Amino acid sequence: MTEPIVRFQDVHKSFGDFDVLKGINLDIKPAEKVAVIGPSGSGKTTIIRMLMTLEEPSSGDIIVDGKNLWKMKKKEKMVKANEKHLREVRGDIGMVFQHFNLFPHMTILENCMTAPIHVKKENKEEVRDRSVKMLERVGLGDKLDSYPNQLSGGQKQRVAMARALVMRPKIMLFDEVTSALDPELVGEVLEVIRDLAKHEDMAMVLVTHEMDFALDIADKVLFLDEGVIAEQGTASEVIEHSENERLQGFLRRFRG
Amino acid sequence: MFNLEFYSEPKPKLEGVIIMNAIIEIFPQLARGLHVTITVLLASAILAYLMAFIAGLCRLSGNIIIRKFTGFYVEVFRGTSLIVQLFWLYYAIPMLFGIQLGSNWWTGVIAIGLNYGAYLSEVVRGSILSVAQGQSEAATALNMSRFQRMRLVIFPQAVRMMLPEFGNYTIQMLKGTSLVSLIGMTDILYYGDILRSSNLSQAPIVYLLVLVFYFILALPLIWLTRKGEHISKKGVANG
Amino acid sequence: MNNNWSWETFMDALPFVLQGLWITVSLTITCYLFALLLGFVWTFLRKVPNKFFNWVVTWVMEFIRSTPPLVQLFFLFYAWPMIPGIGVTLSPFTSAVLGLGIHFSTYIGEIYRSGIESIDKGQWEASKALNFSTIDKWRKIILPQAIPPTIPMLGNYFIIMFKEVPLASTITVAGIMLMANSYGAQNWSYLEPLTIVGIIFLVLSYPSAVLIKKLEVKMNARFDKNAAIK
Ligand SMILES: Nc1ncnc2c1ncn2[C@@H]1O[C@H](COP(=O)(O)OP(=O)(O)OP(=O)(O)O)[C@@H](O)[C@H]1O
Ligand SMILES: [Mg+2]
Repeated sequence: MTEPIVRFQDVHKSFGDFDVLKGINLDIKPAEKVAVIGPSGSGKTTIIRMLMTLEEPSSGDIIVDGKNLWKMKKKEKMVKANEKHLREVRGDIGMVFQHFNLFPHMTILENCMTAPIHVKKENKEEVRDRSVKMLERVGLGDKLDSYPNQLSGGQKQRVAMARALVMRPKIMLFDEVTSALDPELVGEVLEVIRDLAKHEDMAMVLVTHEMDFALDIADKVLFLDEGVIAEQGTASEVIEHSENERLQGFLRRFRG
Repeated sequence: MFNLEFYSEPKPKLEGVIIMNAIIEIFPQLARGLHVTITVLLASAILAYLMAFIAGLCRLSGNIIIRKFTGFYVEVFRGTSLIVQLFWLYYAIPMLFGIQLGSNWWTGVIAIGLNYGAYLSEVVRGSILSVAQGQSEAATALNMSRFQRMRLVIFPQAVRMMLPEFGNYTIQMLKGTSLVSLIGMTDILYYGDILRSSNLSQAPIVYLLVLVFYFILALPLIWLTRKGEHISKKGVANG
Repeated sequence: MNNNWSWETFMDALPFVLQGLWITVSLTITCYLFALLLGFVWTFLRKVPNKFFNWVVTWVMEFIRSTPPLVQLFFLFYAWPMIPGIGVTLSPFTSAVLGLGIHFSTYIGEIYRSGIESIDKGQWEASKALNFSTIDKWRKIILPQAIPPTIPMLGNYFIIMFKEVPLASTITVAGIMLMANSYGAQNWSYLEPLTIVGIIFLVLSYPSAVLIKKLEVKMNARFDKNAAIK
């Protein structure tokens, strides 16, 4: 069996007195496509934000590619990770946000090129070629010099994906990337994700309410409910054969 | 319409000509102060911008001592008047440091620079804080270091937002430079005062021309401020 | 000149400087009220539907705003009486009220304008649809909505004007600044009385600024809540 690229070990998270996650255990294999579903407020976003180091877990361990994300060794003791350690580990992870978060002061191409050049210190020409190719792949080859505010929501989200991809992450996180879009723009973004799922061998974690889409591309589906992973398995196991009543109720609301 | 006594017995029809003559005489006199007004403005603007960024960033620092110390500077200079600070420094600098700065020029520059530096540091701080949280998160997701996040993502956006306020405060600084005449600097207003005291009835036209002079100096700043507003509204350099 | 700090001088100067406090405060209040009133005039002048007139008003405001208030004070105090026909001698206090009041009224007018412009277009249409008279429209619909969000900004201008008032010492208004200077001239030590002036300004303006900040936060919260209801 292959080593997991991401492992959550009894991860808890609370905001003040409010326990959002109450013991998450989870393995993600390299190249595995994982869909996370669950009711609003169940902590889906929190899970991937912790993986992206945007939120610190209250307890438990998150292991990425064999390295503990939030803790590091210092004189034989495990202590809270510093910025340097976090940077070493999160280099393998990329994320696409619900609200795009493109850099408004940079062109589309600059949005893609900045991080490889400054963070990974790669050769500028090489990065440019790669960025242009990636933008062409998401269908924006003719917008290289546009600014984000000149694009539609769907286009912005495709740029955001290209920007994350040029960093060549081993794990890509998607947080409801279509829920801020007008309905007619959802399709073009899902197409890009479908293409990635089919042709890229990175692990992908998708938080989504697009149930049919999730079932279609996911190797594994997690149902998050009341702070724990209430159900997990292949799409058909979870969706069609689960006995979990809350899951049934949740699905019914979505599929009518 | 001004009663300019030093022109003897003006005939009514010639009044316009006389005013023109007065203007032609007075303007070059005032222009002698141009050098001081402009150099004080430039130097104090540079000092103010510098203080603005230093103090603005220090107030966002994680170190509480640095934060409190800069907070003290900002509140003292914002809480008292420029004219009080100017006179205070005028008397205090020789005493505190046992030195004469050599000229009042420096006293004026330091007072104006520190005063508006304090105001502008709040602009810097506010603009940095107002860059959306998501921007910093996106930069983190691209594995940028803290410094890179600031330099590549937050700062360039914050600076655009600052532009209009920097323009406005630079106009305030121009107005503030007129105070250096009170500590004996020979700026535009100083020469205006000299002209007035040499011929009291000239006062209206002298001060009107002084005002016009300052306004002419302000015009490019007004224009730049509007340009800054435009840029900051668009959010991108040339989109 | 005395070149050493002396607490004795400080204590000696304190009551002397404080004699000017009432003038400083009352001048601030009078200037402010005058500016609040005059601000309305600017706002309405700018509402006159004539392009050329608007352009003139805009630039007159720009002129007043971008030139030094110090020179404007000198103009009113020294020059105004010299203008034949309309010139009258103004007392220092009156000159200061006029000078600072007019100067800051241009800023206040802009604040009013921003308040009015922040009102939703629907509100104007609604008041038209409900057939309000012009006066009622302003009194019952527009102003009650336009004024509250501008209150913190207007409060800030009170503090700003307070800090500009010592300029009036240059035209012999006997506030704390002039008192400090004349104490300095009599006793040949300026630093202590000027420090007192600085402290007075800090003591009065800092708490007011904090208060206004609080007010602002409260206002924002209230208006956000309203927006949520909408
Ligand atoms: N920074 C925070 N401070 C306090 N509470 C928070 C914070 N972030 C999230 N929460 C709370 O934690 C819970 C889980 O939030 P999370 O965003 O992870 O839910 P979610 O499953 O992504 O929901 P949705 O489907 O609505 O996006 C919510 O109740 C939310 O209010
Ligand atoms: Mg979420």
